[in-house]
Parts: sequence; C-alpha cells; structure tokens
Amino acid sequence: MAVEIRTLAIEPIRNTYGHTARRFGDKPATRYQEASFDIEAKINFHYKPLWDPQRTLNDNARTNIKMVDWYSVTDPRQYYYGSYVANRAKMQEVAESNFSFCDKNNVVENLNENLKNDLLRLLVPFRHMELAANMNNSKIAGDAVAATVAQMHIFTAMDRLGMGQYLSRIALMIDGATGQGLDKSKDYWMNDPLLQPLRKLAEDTLVIDDWFELSFVQNLLIDGFMYPFVYEVYDKIIQKDGGVCLSMLTEFMRDWHKETQRWVNAMCKTVYAENDENKILMESWTKLWIPVIKNTFLNLANEIGCVESLNEIESDLNCRLAKFGLIVSGESK
Amino acid sequence: MSAKNRKLNLKDKYQYLTRDMAWEPTYQDKKDIFPEEDFEGIKIKDWSKWEDPFRLTMDSYWKYQAEKEKKLYAIFDAFAQNNGHQNISDARYVNALKLFLSGVSPLEYAAFQGYAKVGRQFSGAGARVACQMQAIDELRHSQTQQHAMSHYNKHFNGLHDPAHMHDRVWFLSVPKSFFDDARSAGPFEFLTAISFSFEYVLTNLLFVPFMSGAAYNGDMATVTFGFSAQSDEARHMTLGLEVIKFILEQHEDNVPIIQKWIDKWFWRGFRLLSLVGMMMDYMLPNKVMSWAEAWETYYEKSGGALFKDLERYGIRPPKYQDVANAAKNHISHQAWATFYQYSKATNFHTWMPDESEMKWLAEKYPDSFDKYYRPRFEYWDRKQKEGERFYNDTLPQLCQVCQIPAIFTEHESPSVLSLRQVEYNEERYHFCSDGCADIFNDEPEKYIQAWLPVHQIYQGNCDGSNVSEVVSNYYNINLGKDNLDYDGSPDQKRWQEIKNNGSK
Repeated sequence: MAVEIRTLAIEPIRNTYGHTARRFGDKPATRYQEASFDIEAKINFHYKPLWDPQRTLNDNARTNIKMVDWYSVTDPRQYYYGSYVANRAKMQEVAESNFSFCDKNNVVENLNENLKNDLLRLLVPFRHMELAANMNNSKIAGDAVAATVAQMHIFTAMDRLGMGQYLSRIALMIDGATGQGLDKSKDYWMNDPLLQPLRKLAEDTLVIDDWFELSFVQNLLIDGFMYPFVYEVYDKIIQKDGGVCLSMLTEFMRDWHKETQRWVNAMCKTVYAENDENKILMESWTKLWIPVIKNTFLNLANEIGCVESLNEIESDLNCRLAKFGLIVSGESK
Repeated sequence: MSAKNRKLNLKDKYQYLTRDMAWEPTYQDKKDIFPEEDFEGIKIKDWSKWEDPFRLTMDSYWKYQAEKEKKLYAIFDAFAQNNGHQNISDARYVNALKLFLSGVSPLEYAAFQGYAKVGRQFSGAGARVACQMQAIDELRHSQTQQHAMSHYNKHFNGLHDPAHMHDRVWFLSVPKSFFDDARSAGPFEFLTAISFSFEYVLTNLLFVPFMSGAAYNGDMATVTFGFSAQSDEARHMTLGLEVIKFILEQHEDNVPIIQKWIDKWFWRGFRLLSLVGMMMDYMLPNKVMSWAEAWETYYEKSGGALFKDLERYGIRPPKYQDVANAAKNHISHQAWATFYQYSKATNFHTWMPDESEMKWLAEKYPDSFDKYYRPRFEYWDRKQKEGERFYNDTLPQLCQVCQIPAIFTEHESPSVLSLRQVEYNEERYHFCSDGCADIFNDEPEKYIQAWLPVHQIYQGNCDGSNVSEVVSNYYNINLGKDNLDYDGSPDQKRWQEIKNNGSK
C-alpha cells in the first residue's frame, strides 16, 4: 500500500532565475546550472585595472582565443563547489587509508636505501611541478571570464596543491618526518642536471600570459606527458625495484588524471571547434610545445631506461588531440 | 629550510607542505614571474617572515568542507520540500534577501576572482596559498547563496536576475564600484581593502546583520548558510589581520601607504554599509539591533581595540572616523527615505514604518529620529493614505566615488546636505563628503572613469529615455510587480493567501 503524506501545494511563480531561464528555459534548474552560468559581472566596469590598464576587469581579451560565448565550455562532471568537495572528500578518504596502511606496515621505511633515494630524486620533486601547476591554474581562474571555465581551474589549482602535499608526505615517510628528505629532494630539484629541463619547463610556463594558452599547455600538453610518465611508466619501475605497495600512495594522482582528462578534453574540443582562428592558435601551440615537453622528459627517461615509453605517451596524446580534430602534421618522431 | 634530526612541529610541517614547494627561479627572471608585486610601492624584504594565518592542508580542507556542504544542502532540500518560506516572520522580510542577492552575492563572485588573482601575484607562497583558499571559499559563498535563495525566487518577485541587475541598476553600482575599485588596484591594496578593512574590520557589520536578520525572521535557508560560512569567515578574518601586520612589519616605508589605504577603505566601507543600516532598521520585520547599536558594538568598541593594537606600528584610527561615528544616528533613515522615493527603480519594495516601528526607531535614536525623520515619514504616510504615495521622478546627483546619491548631511548639522566639488581637467566632479573627495583627489585618473548610472541614463546609454523605460528594458525589473510600495504588491497578496490558507 502506498503511503501518502498530504502537503499544502503552493505553485511557484517561476522555476528558476532569469539568467538561468534565458539559457535553459523556465523550468526547474539543476544546482550546477544555477551556480555556474552567468553569475559573474559582464559589463559596466568602473575602473581599468592598474595592473593591466589596456583592458577592463573581466576582459575577454586576456586570451587570443575567441569565443562567441565562453559558456559553451561546460564541465562534463557538472562540478560546482559542493559536488567538487564531496568528490574530493571521497578520494582523500581512500588516500588517507592508503597512507595509513603504508604507515602501519612500514612500507616506505622498509624500502631499500637506493629506492628511497630514487624516490627523493625522481618522484618527490614533482611536488614542485604541482606547485607551478597550482599557480598557473589560479591565474587562469582569475583571468577566465565565464564561471563554468573559471571554477574548473580553481578546483584544479587546489587539486594540484593537494597532490603536491601527497608527494611531500611520501618524503616525510622516507625521512621519518624530519624534513631532511624534502630538503634533499629540493636540492635535486634545484641542482641536479637531470631535473633542470623540468624546472626550466615549469618556470617557462609561469611567464605565459595568455590564460587559455597556459591552460592548454599546462593541463593538456604537460600533464599529458607528466602523468603517464610519472604515475604509470615510472610507477612500474618503482614496483620492479621493490616498491610494490608504493602505488597506493599515488593512486589519487592516477584517479585524478583520469577524471581531469574529461573536462580538459571537453574544453579543448569546444574551443577548437569554435572557429579557424582558434584552430590555428591551438595547432601552433601544439607544434611549439610538444617537442619541448618531450625533450624535457628525455633525460629522465634515459636515466630510468624507458625512452621508448615517451613515444607511446606522445602517440597517446596525439590520439587525444585527434579526437577533437587537432592533427599536427610533421609531428616529432 | 633547515632540517634537524627530530620530527617537525606542526608549524614547520605545514610550511614544508606549502611554501617549501616553491623555489627561487633561475631560468626566468623573478620579476617576469611576479610582475605585479612592486608597482604599489610596498616593500617586502623577506616573505619567509609570513606567518600562516591558518594551517589547513587540502585533504583536511576537502573533508571539512564536504561535511559542511552535506549538512547545508540537506537543510536546503528540506526547506524547499516543506515550503519553508511560509514560516518567515512576514513577506516584507524577503526584501532584505533581494538586496542581499543582487547587492552582496555578486561581490562573493568578484571576491573569488580577486583572490584567485592575488593567489598568483605574490612571490610569497605562504600568502598565495592562503589567498587561493579564500578564493575557492568565496566561490562557495556565491554558489551556496544562489542555492539558498533559489526557493525564494520561485515564490517572490525581485530575486529573478541578480547578476544582470548588479551590472546595471543605479544603487547596485555602489557595491559593484566598491569591489571594482579593490580588484583594479594592486595586490597589496586589494588585500588591505578586502581582507583587512572589509573582512576583518567590517564583516560583523555586513555579513552578520543579514544572517542574524535571517535568524530573527524565521529564514532557515539563509541562516543555515550563515552558520555554515562562519568557519570560512573566521579564516578570512585571520588572513586579514596577518596581511596588515606582515606588511607593516616588513618595512617602515609601508606604514604611510597602508594608512592611506585604511583611511580610504574605511570610508568606502562605511558608505557601502548605509545600505545595511537601512536594511537593519527598516526592512527586518523582527529587528535584531539598531544600526547605531551595531556600529557602537562592532566598530567603536571592537575597531577601537584593534586600532589601539595597531598603534605600535604607527597606524592611527581611520581619518573621518569621528564623522562616521556621529553619522550612525542618521544614515539609515536618510537611506531609507531615498529608497522610499525611488522605489520605481529598485528590485524590492519599500514602505513607511508603522506606528510600533516608529516607536522602536524613536527609542533607538532618541536624538535624531523624532526630530529629523519622523515628521517627514508621517507626512509621506498621510499622503499615501490619501492616495498620493510619493515617488520621486527625477534622478539624483550621485557622488563620484561612493556612487550613493548626495543624500547625507553635514557632520553635526543634520539638516544641511553635505556636498563637495572638485575641479579636475576643467571638469567639475561632485561628492557626498570630504572622505569621498579625498579619495578622488588621491587618484583622480581612476575615479573619473566611474560608470555613474544617472549620467549613463541621461547620456542615453541605458535603453530608454525615461526611468520607466530604463527600469524595464535595461534593468529587467517589472514595474509595479517587483517594486513600488509593499502595500498592494503581488508579494503581499500571495503572502496573505498563504497566511489565510494556513489559518483555515
């Protein structure tokens, strides 16, 4: 038998906000829609920024990419703040239980000294890459005009900080929470010739002014190399060298990258399809940056003996680009 | 960082997990990576002296914030399912929400943008991380406010287009220009303006009155948002204090610059708060406290203690503080009288206080209400009862800086309008006060750019040749439905139907 609670029915006079209704019609809107579309200031800005007097606040011209409506870029995950933190809270719960498993079973402590040192030299320094990515995504969040775009980047900025913190914690497990491991790792980052191309790459992204170029280079091209290289290729080598359980401590990063590719692909696909100008720009950035990035990882790949994996990674990345039509002729071999 | 053989304490550990991820660049010039750090003249000798105002790693942040969001959205769902809007004190209360959603919520989004920007601009990583956390918090507030008020929008008029209105409507240029001013300044002024003056000194006079108003008037959705945002706000306040102390400790040359900004942003904030004062004294059916009481408690007492504490850095209380203190007995009445007259051009209703409210006002304002404001209000009330509700069809003179109509009166002469003029490049500019004129004189090239709504209407830039056309075409406000007097409004009619249904 059905149980029916009787309530006072009150008819609403409208179903959603005007700005939401203009896009989606006057019908009950999702939380993603009400929170993400057309909520930022668009016109009648009062003062030119002292830090960029040629342009206004919220100016479309902070990138050379042209979109009729930046809100055509949406998030396939439909994240607004609430659903974003809910998802990350779940992911961090898994990470926390992985870290405490490793802690309890002395997984890191029992690694051989060579591997411990390799981790400080070849894995932990990527925390600095994460910090650069954090800064880049915070800049993009401040420059992007549409809230759907800006929010994906601030979420990513915070993710990158979080992942830098997870990598740092691996070093703290190695050094017994004294900080010595992190100091040593940072010394590698600053001075070891092996890591200098990587550090140069990070610093070079920090001076990219065009925010969409920066997102494209950071979130698609660099991450497209870095994540498979560090968390798939190098992870397998760590396992071979005796760090079988160590993957547990980087599981967050693999899950994260899998998820992140969805919005990055969707964004780039929409922007690429918009007009020929965008296509030309994105193709030129791809041509410029892919060889640079691949070259950056070459030293490292040599050191760990997996140069051929870079070609696979590059071809996977090219497949990703090709899915939204971006085919670069004369790609580097 | 110097590592020892013992375990790190919490402070050092947090530094390893944040600022230690940064490094001194060598492949790119530091000035090219942080090009906006120097132009304001603030001197930072040593970013490592930055004290982290809170220590929250991202894993804890995700966890705590997700717990808070879960509870908050459970209340929103319950509120909507049970038509919680029926339980508010009176439908007049919703007008405070209309003011909040169109006046304050868009500022939360602007704050998100501003903090994301400074979260990249500083070369000190500790400060950057703290600013980024505030950025994502501000995004949270902008979004949860949309959701908290979504149900009200379905049942009341005037909440239907807040962001659109924020960009256009005459009185909303007051909060908008305030935040545009801060965002268009450099990173250090932005933090002095928003983190220190706004979040630390004035939050209890802006955010808290709206949330307390919600609590006193049975608005469960909004007050639950308020409680949920409280711990975020506490973080923002500690950042505000740390920022100011850090800058002042870094170099003595910073002191006069900071003093100038404190003077400016105190006055900007004080002017902006006239809207809140009016809300507290006139728009809440169940009143929390008077504006004058709030000012005494949260500015004169708390602010007094704060500036005493800052004395050791060579900082004095804000210029014109005495003018603001004396004005506490006047600004809310002057603002409400203005909105009452210009009710054709607002997205909310106005009304004359009834006799019991007049009595409350007279008690709370023994030196000003009966003498200066009651006679005018009684006159308008009488005219309204005679069928001649007073609406002002002209457009007011706006102050070039705060953008409020020139409605305020002289310090210690409450029946004389306060007006100032400044000539700059053969143009004459008008101001409501010495405070605003000083701000203009310091940066005239900035303030001559102001998008003044009244000028724009007269120049024909707002889709209409008269107020009614501008209001409906440009503002997207429905004349007679979203505005005019509460008495006789569709909101009032629907509210009476709800109440009649309930008592059947």
